[in-house]
Amino acid sequence: MQSKLSKFYMYLFLSFLAGIILVPLYLTFISSFKTLGDLSSNVIGLPREWIFSNYTDVFGMEYFWSFAWNSLVYGVLTTVLTLICASMAAFVFAHIRFFGNRFLFNYLLIGLMFPFASAIIPLFLKVRDFGLLGTYWAVVLPQIAFGLGFAILLFRGFFKQIPPELFDAAYVDGCNYSNFFFRITIPLSVPIFSTVAVVTFVTSWNNYLLPLIMVSNEELYPWPMGIMFFRGEYDTDWSMVLTYVSLTLIPAIVFFLLAQKYIIAGLTGGAVKE
Amino acid sequence: MIKKNITSAFVEKYSTIIIFLVPALTLFTVFVVMPIFEAAYFSFYRWNGMGAPEKYVGFKNYAFLFKNGIFLNALKNNFWIIFVSLFIQLPFALFLALFLANNFRGAAVFRSLFFLPYILAEIVASLIWVYIYKGDYGLVGAIWGLFGADAPWITADKEWALTAILIVVVWKYFGIHMMIMISGLQGISKEVIEAAKIDGAGPITTALRIKIPILWPTITLSIFLSTLGSLQLFDLIMPLTMGGPSNVTHSMVTYLYDFGVGRMRLGFGSAISVVIFIICFVVALIYQTTILKDKGYN
Repeated sequence: MQSKLSKFYMYLFLSFLAGIILVPLYLTFISSFKTLGDLSSNVIGLPREWIFSNYTDVFGMEYFWSFAWNSLVYGVLTTVLTLICASMAAFVFAHIRFFGNRFLFNYLLIGLMFPFASAIIPLFLKVRDFGLLGTYWAVVLPQIAFGLGFAILLFRGFFKQIPPELFDAAYVDGCNYSNFFFRITIPLSVPIFSTVAVVTFVTSWNNYLLPLIMVSNEELYPWPMGIMFFRGEYDTDWSMVLTYVSLTLIPAIVFFLLAQKYIIAGLTGGAVKE
Repeated sequence: MIKKNITSAFVEKYSTIIIFLVPALTLFTVFVVMPIFEAAYFSFYRWNGMGAPEKYVGFKNYAFLFKNGIFLNALKNNFWIIFVSLFIQLPFALFLALFLANNFRGAAVFRSLFFLPYILAEIVASLIWVYIYKGDYGLVGAIWGLFGADAPWITADKEWALTAILIVVVWKYFGIHMMIMISGLQGISKEVIEAAKIDGAGPITTALRIKIPILWPTITLSIFLSTLGSLQLFDLIMPLTMGGPSNVTHSMVTYLYDFGVGRMRLGFGSAISVVIFIICFVVALIYQTTILKDKGYN
C-alpha cells in the first residue's frame, strides 16, 4: 500500500516535470496555427480557427529553403570530413606503436577544453586571409578542427577493443596497416561511425556562433542564423516566427527519436569512458 | 630478402602514420592551437583588423577590461550561471538519475523527454522561451492576466532578465547531465547493490553511501563540463536579451561579441578571448589535478 502511494507520487512528480518540458514546445506548435489576434487573446487554448497560411507563407519563401540547404551542406561536409580525419588518426593512436603516439594523442585532446569563443577573432582573420570568406569552407574547416578531439576520443576507445590478434593474423596473410584499416577496422566499426556522424551532424546543424562570425552573406546563412534573420523580419507577427520554429522542432524531434541511441551513446560514452 | 621485407614494413608503417595523422594534426594546429596564440599576440595591440597590427599598447586592453563595469558584471553573471548549474541543476539531475536509472514502467519515456531540450539548437530553445516570457501573448502574460495584473516583460526587466536566462539554462541542460549520470549508475555492478540490500540498507542509504560515492568520478565530470559550458554561454542569451537591458545580462562571450567583434576592436576583443581562455584553462587544470589526486588515493 505504502509503495503504491509512493509510486503514485513519483509518477505525479515525473509528469509534472514532463509538463515543464513539453508545455513550451506544445504552445509553440499550437500557436503556429493561430491568427495573430487569436495568439494574443487565447494563449493556452487550441486555435479558435485553425489556419495553415503561416505554413504556406513560410514554405513559399525562397530563403527558407536556402537556409535549410546551406545547413545540410555545412553538416554533410563537416560530418564526412570529420569521420575521415578522426578515424584515420584514431586508428594510428589505437593500433600503431611509435615514439610520440601518446604525446600527439594528448595534443589533440587538449582541443576538448579549448573554448571556441577564445579563438573567434584570429579564426576569422585566418579564414579571411586564406580567401575562404563567402564559401562553405569558412564554417566547415573550423568546425572539423574543433570537433576532432571528441571524435578521435570516441573512435580510439572503440578501435582499442578490436583484438590485436586480429591484426597479427592479418599481418601473416600479408595485410599491412592501411589494408587492415580499410578492410577490417572500418567494417567492424559501423556503430561508432554512426555515433560520431550523428553527434557531429547535430552539432553542426545547431551551431550559431561560428557562422555568425564567418558568414555575412545571407545566401550562405545556415538555419539558426536564418531563424534569427526571420525573427528580425517578422518581429511584429510572432505567429510566423513560431511557425518557423515549429518547422525546426518537428524534424529535430523526429531525428532525435530515430537516432536517440547514437546520440546518447556518443555523448555519455565519450564522457564516461576516458 | 628478409632485410628488404623489414625495410618495406618500416616504410609502410611510418608512411601510414604520416598520411593518417597529417590531416587531423594540420587542421587542429591551424584552426585551434594557432588562433589561441595569435589572440594572445593581438591582445597587446589596438587594431581594427586592417593591415598588420602596429599600435602596441601593452597591457592597456586588459587594464581597461578589468575597470569596465559591464565586463565585471558579465563576469559576475558567468559566476551565477556556474553557481546555478552546479548547485541547482546538477543535484536535480542526480536526483532524477537515481530514479530513472531503474527500469520501471515508463522510465525510458521520461528519460527521453527530459533529454529532449538538450538536442534542440540553443537558438531554437531560446526563441521558444522568448515567446513564453512575452508580456503580451506569451504564457507569462497569460498567467499574469488571470490575476488581472499587467504582465511584466521579464526579459526587459533589469531585476528579472538574468533569472529568466538561468531558468532556460537549467531547462536546456539538466537532461544531458541526467543521462551522463544514468549511464554511470547503470555501470555499477548489481552485486554491490544487492549486498547493500542484504545488509539492510534502504534505498536512501544505498544512494548516499554506495551509489553516489561510486558515481563520484562521473559527477566531477559533470561539474567540469557544466562549468566549462557556463563559461562559454552565448547562443542562449542572444535571442533572449542580447545582453540587455542596459547590458546587465552579458556573459563574457556575448560581451566579446558585442564590444570586441561587433565594433571591430580586435585587439581589445582578443584580450577578452585570452581572459576566457585562461579561466577555462584553470578550471581544466583543477579538474585534471583533482582527478589525478583521486586516482592516487585509490
